[in-house]
Amino acid sequence: MQLTLEFGGGLELLCESVKIHNVNVDLEAGEEKLTMKDLLSWVRTNLIKERPEMFMKGDSVRPGVLVLVNDCDWELSGQLDTTLEEKDVVVFISTLHGG
Amino acid sequence: MVSNVSGSSSRILQEEIDKLKAEKSSIEDRISALQAQLNEEKDKDKDSSTCCFPSSLSINASSCFQHALSPDMIYRYSRHLLLPSFGIEAQSKLLKSSILVVGAGGLGSPALLYLAASGVGRLGIVDHDVVELNNLHRQIIHAEAYIGQSKVTSAAAACRAINSTVQIVEYKEALRVSNALEIVSKYDIVIDATDNAPSRYMVNDCCVVLGKPLISGAAVGLEGQLTVYNHDGGPCYRCLFPTPPPTSACQRCSDSGVLGVVPGVIGCLQALEAIKVASSVGESLSGRMLLFDALSARIRIVKIRGRSFHCEACGENAAFKQPMFQKFDYEKFTQSPFASTPLKLNLLSESDRISSKDYKARVTNGEPHVLVDVRPAHHFKIVALPKSLNIPLSTLKDKLPAISSALKEEEVTDSSSGSSASLYVICRRGNDSQRAVHYLHQMGFTSARDILGGLESWASDVDPNFPTY
Repeated sequence: MQLTLEFGGGLELLCESVKIHNVNVDLEAGEEKLTMKDLLSWVRTNLIKERPEMFMKGDSVRPGVLVLVNDCDWELSGQLDTTLEEKDVVVFISTLHGG
Repeated sequence: MVSNVSGSSSRILQEEIDKLKAEKSSIEDRISALQAQLNEEKDKDKDSSTCCFPSSLSINASSCFQHALSPDMIYRYSRHLLLPSFGIEAQSKLLKSSILVVGAGGLGSPALLYLAASGVGRLGIVDHDVVELNNLHRQIIHAEAYIGQSKVTSAAAACRAINSTVQIVEYKEALRVSNALEIVSKYDIVIDATDNAPSRYMVNDCCVVLGKPLISGAAVGLEGQLTVYNHDGGPCYRCLFPTPPPTSACQRCSDSGVLGVVPGVIGCLQALEAIKVASSVGESLSGRMLLFDALSARIRIVKIRGRSFHCEACGENAAFKQPMFQKFDYEKFTQSPFASTPLKLNLLSESDRISSKDYKARVTNGEPHVLVDVRPAHHFKIVALPKSLNIPLSTLKDKLPAISSALKEEEVTDSSSGSSASLYVICRRGNDSQRAVHYLHQMGFTSARDILGGLESWASDVDPNFPTY
């Protein structure tokens, strides 16, 4: 499944400072759909190069990270259970505090 | 001789310039204070004259105009009044509104300038900090003449210089749970232009408790974020971020850097959102968030969750009221301090550390040694001590052989003494150098020691001409 993943607010530093990743994520054998839960573990294995604790906590993202599926807060689409579709854009953004 | 003469004459010139600048800034302060006094007097006169007029006259005056704008005001705000979607109604509301800006830094600077210019009735400024030279690249409300003075004094003078008809209220103190309720309650709208996580939670909770809309902006590096909380049924900050992030995820401008224009853009947009809310025009960003990426020139506006039923601050059954707010420990909650003072790590025992003065003495005595600078490469390019070896902390693991060979080389050069070369580690402030020494000890470099306080202590204790950043 073709997806565009974007990292911002400092999270890009965890994946070699690359903000936009066009990726191809294969469904697990026997699975019919790809959920955000599946994608998070795929990202942790394939894209996060350092300090994974700065990206995840337990099986979700760490506090202070907003997840947007097609420009919409994942809270509105079912969080970890959100089902992804071909060409979806998923943004991971760390909240900023500076000013 | 010639250079001496020109040196002393340029010193005299500089002294004269400094003296005049100080005089100028004190005169500006005086003008600003007198102007504020004059405005208050005018307001009083206006009130009393309205009372004195026979009622028929005042009815006549108000029947001609459905608003209270004076001819001067009509002229000043004419371009606002010409906008069909803004016009006299919105401008009148703006003139009656009061807005509190928390923080007169990178975000607060442009926000305050635009709010003063656009004719907000009363503008409050809260900040405890003083103006520093390294603020000026982004905190555009402050001028060189105000270095060392309160940011609030400086910002208030700049606002009054633009629009003497706006009432400016100065709060030269940090916003805390002890004073926040009293200050915030006097305003219709709050702008969060702070720079740290505990302040952001505190300002949010205070706005929730008092029912004030919060225009929240943030900027670090080359990115900015903006939204409106606690307004129009939308979420509050805690609905979005119920649990504070780990301290290590909170970047500060003083560590990560920030391009001046980036908080400028976000601060301008904060002023815009505040003006829209104050004058009830347009659609605010409540329930949406604007994400700004300066490097790729991209602005993305995303839909965020609505108000959370379970939110501890604004939820249906939230017990978070004024007494709880006043007792809440925000530094403990977020595990990070209000002040932007950098962290002071104490990882090593005293015997594993030397002062910058001590290091200087060892260099002067010709002690054979290797100095490893563990700052990131782009820091090293700004300034570094002579003969230091740059091995950023993140690459230390892979560069141990380079340290071994540098030590061997040092021993060969100094074969006369026969003793082995020492290993010192330095960084910007003396935190990463401790982490590096801690790791080096584990990897067998048992003699490694770090320089206390890093390059900042070198600049303050050894070489005052050494640049700091």
